[in-house]
Formats: sequence, structure tokens, C-alpha cells
Amino acid sequence: MKVNGSLHAPPLDPRRLLSDHLRHDLGLTGTHVGCEHGVCGCCTVLLDGEPVRSCLMLAVQAEGHEVSTVEGLAAAGAPLHPVQQAFHECQGLQCGFCTPGFLMSVVGLLAQHPDPTPEQVEEAIAGNLCRCTGYASIRRAVHRAAELSGK
Amino acid sequence: MKPPRFEYHAPSTVEEACELLGSLEDAKVLAGGQSLIPLLNFRLAQPAHLVDINRLPGLDAIYERDGGVAVQALARQAAVEDSEVAAHVCPLLTAAVRLVAHRVIRNRGTVCGSIAHADPASELPAVLLALGGHVIGRSARGDRIIDAGDLFKGVFETALAADELLVEAWFPASSGAFAIVEESRRHGDFALAGAVRASGRLALFGVAPTPVLADPANPGRGLQPSGDLEATPEFRLHLVRVLTERVFAA
Amino acid sequence: MTTKWFGERVQRVEDDRLLRGHGRFTDDIDDGALESCLVRSPYAHARITSIDVAAARALPGVVAVYVAADLPFGNIDLPILIPHPNLTHGRTQRCLASEVVRYAGEAVAFVVAESRNIAEDAADVVRVDYEPLPVVITPEAGAAAKHLVHDDVPGNVAAQMLQEVGDVDRAMAAAPHRKKLHFRFERGAACPMEGRAVWARWSESERKLTVYDSTQSPTSIRGGLSVLFGLPESNVEVIAPDVGGGFGPKIMLFYPDELLVPFAAMQLGRPVKWTEDRQEHFTAVNQERGQVHEVEVGFDEMGRLLALSDDFIHDAGAYTPYGIILPIITAAQVPGPYRVPNYRVQFRAVYTNATPTSPYRGAGRPHACFAMERTLDSIAKEVGIDRAEIRRRNFIQPDQFPYHLGVAWQDGNSVVYDSGNYPALLEKALAMLGPRPAGDHIGMGLGVYVEGTGVGPYEGAHVQVLVSGKVVAATGIPSQGQAHATVFAQVVADELGVEVADVEVTGGDTRRFPWGVGTFASRGAVTAGNAMAVSARMVADKAKLIAGEQLEVDPADLELVGGRVRVKGSPDRGISLAAIAVLANPVRYAFGGGTEAATQFASKRRPGPPLADGEQPGLEAIGYYSPPGSTWASGCHAAYVRVDPMTFRLEVLKYVVVHDCGRLINPFVVEGQIEGGVAQGIGGAFYERLAYDAEGQLRNASFMEYLIPYSTEVPEIEIGHIETPSPLNPLGVKGAGEAGVIPVGAVIGSAIEDALGVPITEMPLSPLKLFELSRPQPGRV
Ligand SMILES: Cc1cc2nc3c(=O)[nH]c(=O)nc-3n(C[C@H](O)[C@H](O)[C@H](O)COP(=O)(O)OP(=O)(O)OC[C@H]3O[C@@H](n4cnc5c(N)ncnc54)[C@H](O)[C@@H]3O)c2cc1C
Ligand code: FES
Ligand code: FES
Repeated sequence: MKVNGSLHAPPLDPRRLLSDHLRHDLGLTGTHVGCEHGVCGCCTVLLDGEPVRSCLMLAVQAEGHEVSTVEGLAAAGAPLHPVQQAFHECQGLQCGFCTPGFLMSVVGLLAQHPDPTPEQVEEAIAGNLCRCTGYASIRRAVHRAAELSGK
Repeated sequence: MKPPRFEYHAPSTVEEACELLGSLEDAKVLAGGQSLIPLLNFRLAQPAHLVDINRLPGLDAIYERDGGVAVQALARQAAVEDSEVAAHVCPLLTAAVRLVAHRVIRNRGTVCGSIAHADPASELPAVLLALGGHVIGRSARGDRIIDAGDLFKGVFETALAADELLVEAWFPASSGAFAIVEESRRHGDFALAGAVRASGRLALFGVAPTPVLADPANPGRGLQPSGDLEATPEFRLHLVRVLTERVFAA
Repeated sequence: MTTKWFGERVQRVEDDRLLRGHGRFTDDIDDGALESCLVRSPYAHARITSIDVAAARALPGVVAVYVAADLPFGNIDLPILIPHPNLTHGRTQRCLASEVVRYAGEAVAFVVAESRNIAEDAADVVRVDYEPLPVVITPEAGAAAKHLVHDDVPGNVAAQMLQEVGDVDRAMAAAPHRKKLHFRFERGAACPMEGRAVWARWSESERKLTVYDSTQSPTSIRGGLSVLFGLPESNVEVIAPDVGGGFGPKIMLFYPDELLVPFAAMQLGRPVKWTEDRQEHFTAVNQERGQVHEVEVGFDEMGRLLALSDDFIHDAGAYTPYGIILPIITAAQVPGPYRVPNYRVQFRAVYTNATPTSPYRGAGRPHACFAMERTLDSIAKEVGIDRAEIRRRNFIQPDQFPYHLGVAWQDGNSVVYDSGNYPALLEKALAMLGPRPAGDHIGMGLGVYVEGTGVGPYEGAHVQVLVSGKVVAATGIPSQGQAHATVFAQVVADELGVEVADVEVTGGDTRRFPWGVGTFASRGAVTAGNAMAVSARMVADKAKLIAGEQLEVDPADLELVGGRVRVKGSPDRGISLAAIAVLANPVRYAFGGGTEAATQFASKRRPGPPLADGEQPGLEAIGYYSPPGSTWASGCHAAYVRVDPMTFRLEVLKYVVVHDCGRLINPFVVEGQIEGGVAQGIGGAFYERLAYDAEGQLRNASFMEYLIPYSTEVPEIEIGHIETPSPLNPLGVKGAGEAGVIPVGAVIGSAIEDALGVPITEMPLSPLKLFELSRPQPGRV
């Protein structure tokens, strides 16, 4: 499987969840785990460009696919990705635990709808829980992200 | 919350998949995994074998057939949501899919998986029932068509045999007035109760062990909904009346 | 001090790392650690008759399985964190239960294995035989004491307390009007997105224990571990790295894993880690909010309060590790911003067979606020005035501070409100709320509250200017997302005349700062913030002293601006902080970084020894701040809601908050705290209820069924500020962390009552509850 552009062998144990594989086998700990039953969205990654729950996939299922995680959004030392930048400007994060999941969901949204309506924004983040921010700042951040990405 | 041990199989043809299902003891089909993997993580399901159908080629079509729309086993809910064929032939299906979970879940979850899973609070089984659609079950023994009316047997129970793969669900065109409304606690949650209207027909979900057809004039008749944390039987019956009114007003 | 940063909407300095996925949460730390899993009781109350771990031990990949008998501390009761004379029957659990379990989720055995999957496989085959015992689960059942949770605690009463100010009986008897009200609150859970986790490593050669713990109080954990393992504190390092939200229950001494993980690491000679899963989070992490109140109030024709009595039961859960802080807070906070000339409050804290309780954001205050605000709404209705007017008539006035309430506070003192302007809060909120929107089934809700914040005993800080001119600062308290690194950097930057970007703040790492208490009770800004100011000022004074000698100027004529110490009025005469940092440490051996300037043949600062008597090297200082009493923040929330009269779906049309936390260090950060708090409050008001059945099983231990609001359930929130500085601390600040959540239940409850016309006396609500309230059936209680 390809993860953020580089090739990796899938794990030997078929019951390894993709989320655990990314975090503990590949050291990509930016993908977080908040529930392991698909509700919180902390573990959201892109599978072939589309946001999916990595806690609801076996790692072996990703073989032959391309997985993108938060670590791949901006290269080390490079400026933040527009979605990251927007979350920073709008305080779309506090503890930062839910953040990678939101970022990947929003990256998925903007790929499909570069200029999303408020309804599309709501729908795109409606499956992610955040216990810190109360979401208003995240909604602002998504609109700001669309603005920054459009530039 | 980690999956228990199982043996993993990833067949590359439908025949192979059916053969595995026919020969293995205690095997489960793994489609989108959006219901099955949570069950594994909670260790509520502990199948000995998983037959992952995601590598089966050519099983993700959404196409027009016999005046309806056919959705194959690997067509993701999101693909159905975005499908022009579905929107054109059966806009009720498009509307219903949007009520299933969240987009990220729909990116993996399949329409056929939702039907095979037969959660009583699921939207899609009720839509299939309201429209009078069917599914095609395939096994080493051959194909058979199961009408929606014969498919749902109980909570998480269908007429599909253990060795049968649900390869296709067929939704007749939603001609005439249609609507789906539901009451759920949060956006994207399973419904406490829901109603689907396909012209004169009414199907209810979340209020019985399976989706049920009901009389629009007296939708609660004969219903004995169960109670849970969010709804008592009385509240469900009340919602049935309210939602029926609303689908027919829509 | 020039206040360049204080009060500015400075953007958070902690974001970059977190946004890039480079945060470091406890479960991110690996280093070859073994993984582990706890075996927990499925019963809410049972006698353990046998435990058989043989099958688990035999499983390939299992490294160790521990039961109580395997632990040297296996028969020690874990500490009561905050003993209190009224806590006559305090009880705590043992690390692993071996005789009786008293809540479902209590730990019984601990498995260490090569992976969590294997540890769970092994946990599945640990065989524990239980003999079920009868269960009491609600606060009422606890108080009725048909069954005892602890054999030796009569009536299940852990503590009781009675306080009275004035003469309630006499005032009540004389009051022209009286009313009795009953209020009920069910349990909820804090549910930070990151569960708890502990990672530990033991170095035999250095005899050093290193523990990463997603705790809100690493300094206390360190103290406890050093006592338990007989190690000097200097050999125990506890680090709370990035913590993914805490909201209260991540402060405990100890959750069993906090002892078991370090113990296993010491035993096994390998790092060990334990990461909680969401299911066990629901049963094994402390909860809150279960209370039942009986209120009686006496008032006059104008609606003015004459006497108030509140008698409440507090659901303590199965044990009382946190003492009785929660009911003490509730008791103290019922009167809120109002004059209650005669006030009596009594409570019983009762044991139940449910998870123990400890503070969750708001901590006893949402109940108090709900009881008082709903009582006022009810009086307003009876005397025929509107909800704003009843409050105006009862507010403590701005000229009445300091205001002595006369009841006990959680810090051992009695409650004294330091400052505030409650009428201003209300009027501003009403103006922001605007006219009622048109339409049916729309209701208006209002809630005003005070919040005792910033409790002691103290926090400290270390501030140092490096020879590069950059500043590092550290404090004992960790951050769970509240942007401590940003706001503390603002405080330090102002004192030292540097940029925020030049100040790097560390918290929650005992290697950097070993003393302190923790993050809770809205105390970070007050305690650690002021400690930062104290320390930074000491550094500034030292810098002026050294610069004064170099420039031959009286230090009083110097100021710190732009990274330099310069002469007031002649800005060209100055010396950089970097250079002063060099001079502050007389060296024999120059080691680069400009340090040759401080060697013995370089120019001398002054006659005498290089370090004067009592002087310390380095441009650094350690200072502490210990508050004389709590600072009392306050606020007013107001809302319009619409309730669908058929489905009872709730829609919040408008929500406004006016907030006063004294001087604002960073409004941007405070607004984030408020928005997040309100969202949790909305969850607690309408979505989140821990549903225990009669057997004591939690029936909704997942995010599928325990309904934390998504974005779709949380409205936009308009926020206004007023600032009445606290006279108690140099920065004039008050706490802000919990405020958002406190009045939300009262506001939503009051708005729903207004919309539907049914009396709302309980929390949380739901469409089902409203359905039932709207159609009363005979025989229903
Ligand atoms: C957070 C969350 C919210 C959700 N909300 C909703 C909701 O509101 N409404 C709703 O309807 N659903 C909801 N779901 C469930 C979701 O729609 C699932 O995707 C769907 O129920 C199952 O489809 P799947 O492809 O993921 O199947 P899987 O999870 O892979 O399988 C489910 C079951 O069906 C069987 N199965 C699957 N495909 C086949 C097949 N082709 N032939 C035979 N057997 C098969 C499997 O063996 C298994 O027993 C939610 C899920 C999550 C995680
Ligand atoms: S961890 Fe995957 S959705 Fe919560
Ligand atoms: S920022 Fe903490 S959970 Fe979202």
C-alpha cells in the first residue's frame, strides 16, 4: 500500500486495523483513535482521495490503495496546507486530538466542492466529534479554507 | 476494543467467494465494514472467517434495469448518492441514502451491505420494501431472486442463506409522489422511527423487528414497537402517526 | 510593564505541531512498549469467589497477568484525595478488586502482552466467578438504603453537611409567599476525545521511573508514585504530554492503571503502556452530575427572595476518592449572583453501585445554577413579572463587593465574591439577544451564574532568558487544549519586553518544573498565569540590576523593550537581554554564544566576588503564586429555542453569552473556551445521559448511544465580554475554563418550558422526556 506517497508492506496480522497499522507500525501517530466504532471521526484518512474511517478498515484491505494521512498535508518545513492554515487562523482546534480527522474530512470536501455551500460544509464535518471547540470556529475554518485554497 | 482472531480471505472472483462461503464454517462477508468492523471491535461478532468481497472485480455497477435501478454489492452508498442514474430513475433512493450515517461512512458502506445487515432502524431496507424491489442472492447453487417482502426476517436477519452473497439490489423507479422522513436524535444517527412513502405505499422503519408495510390511514395498526433509551413504544407509535402525516404532506 | 500582548487576540502558538500531525499524545509514545488491558467487573455489585488466570497466562504473547495478590500494594486502599471532617465514611477502591466489586467496570486483573489484541484475547479467558449482590443505582435508592454498597457504611451515607446563614425557619414562616420545588439531575460523562493512557519505563541502572500520563496533574502523580515505590521524587519523572481534552476526570490519584503500568514496567524491565478504549472509558472513568434537590423558597410580592433552603442528595458512586468537593461546590453556588438573606443548605453524599464521581467541567455548579434559576423563573411566573425583572430585583449590586456569602468553599475558606457587575451582564445579554423571533413554540431562556475560580493552593513557574535572548518558561500544570503556552507566553512577553514568538512555554513535565497542583477548577490563568508574571518580573528585575551596573544607571530608570533593557527616555542606551543573560552567569570557560563576555578577564561588573551574597547565576527565576481566595467569574446566557411540538426536536435559534472573567489575557482563547463549554452544556441539557439500568449496567457505553453533539446540534454563539478585574491577583484575572457550561441546562430548560408550557425540573431532557411531560398519564410519577 502507498501511504503519503511511499510504499509499505501491509501487516502480517489480518486483524490489524488500518488506524493501528498507521500509528503503531508506520509511526504515523497523527491519525488519532477516539472510539474505534466509527462515530468520532478522529481516525479519518483519505483512501484513494476519499475520506474514510481508518478504524473501520483492516490494514490488509488497503493493499493496492493509496492512503493519505495528516502528515502528508504539508512537507516538513513547508508552510501549512491551506486547510491547516485556516484552522490555525480561526482557532478550529484546542487540544488538537480531533483535528487530523477534521482536516482530512475537509480536504476531501474541498476536492469535491472547492467552493462549498454552508450546507455542504455542515454535511462534510457532520460526522466528526470535537469536544473542545463547540464547532463554530471549525465551521468558520472550513469556509476560510475554501477561500485560501481558491487563491 | 480490538477485533478477535479470524481467518481472512480475499477472493478475486465471485465464484471463489461463493465457494468460500459454501465451504467455510462460520464465515461472514466483509463489504464496507461500516457495521461489521464495529461489531468485531466490540467483539460482539466473532466469526471464524471473514470473506472480504472488496477485491471482486466488476461488482460495483449502478445501472438501469427493468425500469428500476440495480445496485451491485460493491457500489458504495456515496456512489449511489452521487449517481445520476439513481437520481433519475429512483430519486427516493437518492434521498434515502443521504439520511444514512455521514458522508465519510457512506464512502465505504454499501447499499447491499445495509440491506444484508437488516438493521431494523435502517433506511434502505424500508425503501426497498416500500418500492417492492428485490435482491439477487448468489451461491455455488446458483442465483435466486428474493422479493423485498420475503427478505427481512427479523432483527439483523434476512432470508439470505449463509452461503449466499447478495450481489445486487433492485429498486423499482419511484414514480409518483415519494418521500422519506425520519426522527433521529442527532443528524446521521439511526432513526427512532421513520416512514417511506412510494406513491400510495407506506413502509415504516425503526418500529418493528423489520421494516414493515403499513396502511397510511392507520399506520400504527398491529405495530408493537419495542422500547429503548430514546423511545418508548408509545413514543414510537406517536412518531409513526406524525411521520406518516408528514410523508403524505410532503 | 508595557502591556503589548495582554488583552490581544494573539493566535495560538501550539497549533503548528498539532495541525501537522506532530502532536505527542501518550498513546503516540511507543519505544517498544508492551501493551496491556484490564479485566473489569461486568457486575455492579458482586462478591468475587475465584479468579483463574491460568489460561490467560498460557496464551502465546502474554507476558504477565496480575491480580491483587500479585501486587505489593494490593491490599492498600487508594488515597482519599481531599479528606474532609464531614466525610465520616470515606471509602476508596483498591488497585485491583479481590473480594467485592462495587461498580461495573471496577478493575479485577491486569494483562500485559506483546500487543493490545493479544492482551484482549487473554482478558477474554481470565475466569472470574462472581456472586451477584443487590444493587442500588439512583441517588434516591442510595439514600433509601434498601441495600448497602459498603457493609460498614450505614444508610450508604458517606458524608452529610448542614450550613445555615441567617434564620431560614423564621424567615420562611414570615414570608408572604412560599414555594417548594424538586429538581433532578442524571449522570453525564466528560468524554474527552482522547481517552486516558499511561506509558512507563523503568531504568534499573539509573533507578529512574519515567511515566507519561494523560493526566491533569502530573506533579501529584509523581508525588504518589514516589511514596508508593519508595523512590525519591527526583527519581520519578511524570510527563503529561499533549492531552486530548480532560474536562475534569483526568485528575485522579489513582486510576488503577496509573499504578499498574509503572509497576509492570519495573517488574518486567520493559516499557509498558496502557491505552483505554472508548467502551471502558464509559465505565471506568469518573462521572458526575447525579443529584436530587428539594428546594423551598420564601419571597415577597415583588418577587424578592427572603429565605431559601435546599436539601439535596449527591450521588457519589461506589467510592469517594475525590472526597466531597462536588456537593460542597453545589452547596456554595446555589445562591449565585443573588442576595439570599436567609440560606440553608444541607446535603447527603450517598454511595451507589455506579462509577465513582469527581468533577466534570462545571463541577457541581450546573446543578446549583439550574436549581436557583428555575426557582427564580417559577417565582417570576407566580408574581407576574418577567424573567429579567425578577433577576434585577434580586441581584447583588456592584457596590456590595467584597460580598460574604457565609458558606464553606472548596478551598477551606468561606465564600467571598471578590468583584462583579451582575446587572450589567444581564442588560448586555438582553440587548444582544434582541426581540423574540416570530413563530410558534418558541421559548426564551435566561441564566445568570457566578463561578468560584482559581482555587489554590498555588502554582509556580520558572522563567529563563537564554544566552540567545530567547525565553523559556515552565510550569507544573499541563494543558489539555486551553492554549496555556500562548497565554502564558503573552504574560511573560509583556514582563520581559519580548515577542510572544520568543517565549517557549512548557507545562506538565516534572523534569522542567516539579512543583504544582494541576489543571482544574478554572485555575490555570489565575494561578500559573500569575506565577508566570511573578517569575518574569523577578527576571526583569535581575536584568535591570545587571544592566544598571553595566550602564551605570539606577535600575529604576530602566525598562525592558524590544528584547533590550534600555534607559527610559534615551532608548539608544541599552543592552540586549541576550548579553545580560551571558553576564548573569560568570564563567571560567567560554563556551560560545557570546559567553566570553562573562569570563574572568573580561570587564568586571562590580567589585567583590563574581556572585554577590545570595545571588544566583543565570538570568532566570522561579516564582510562585498562591491565591488568598477564589476569584469569582460570572456571566449571563440567554437563548431562543424552538421545539417541534410533535417530534420534540430542539432547535436553538439564537444563543448569546456575556461573560466576565476579569481582565482578559486573550479574548480569542477565552471565546474558544466559552464556545466549547456551551457545546458541552447543550449536550448535557438535551443529549447526554448515562443510562444505568436497575442492575447497574450502563446501557449506552458507546458514542453510538451516548449522544455527544455533532456540529449539526450546536448553534452559533454570540459572545460579549465585560471586565471587572479581580482585586485578588496582580494580573486582575479570573478563571474561564468552565464558565461556558454552567448555566446552559438552566437556559435550555427555561426556554423549553417557555416554548411548550410544561414545567422543566430535570436535566438532561430529550424528545422522549418532553413527549412524556407533554402528555401526562395517570399513575405516572
Ligand atoms: C457512525 C455510523 C452511523 C451509521 N448510521 C447509519 C444510519 O443512520 N442508517 C443506516 O442504515 N446505517 C447506518 N450505519 C451503517 C452503515 O450504513 C453500514 O454501512 C451498513 O449498515 C452496512 O454496509 P457495509 O457495506 O458497511 O457492510 P458490512 O459492515 O461489511 O457488513 C454488514 C453485514 O452485512 C453482511 N453483508 C454485507 N454485504 C453483504 C453481501 N453483499 N452479501 C451478504 N452479506 C453481506 C455482512 O456479513 C455483515 O453481517 C452507520 C454506521 C456508522 C459507523
Ligand atoms: S476512532 Fe474511528 S471513528 Fe472514532
Ligand atoms: S480540539 Fe479537542 S476534541 Fe477537538
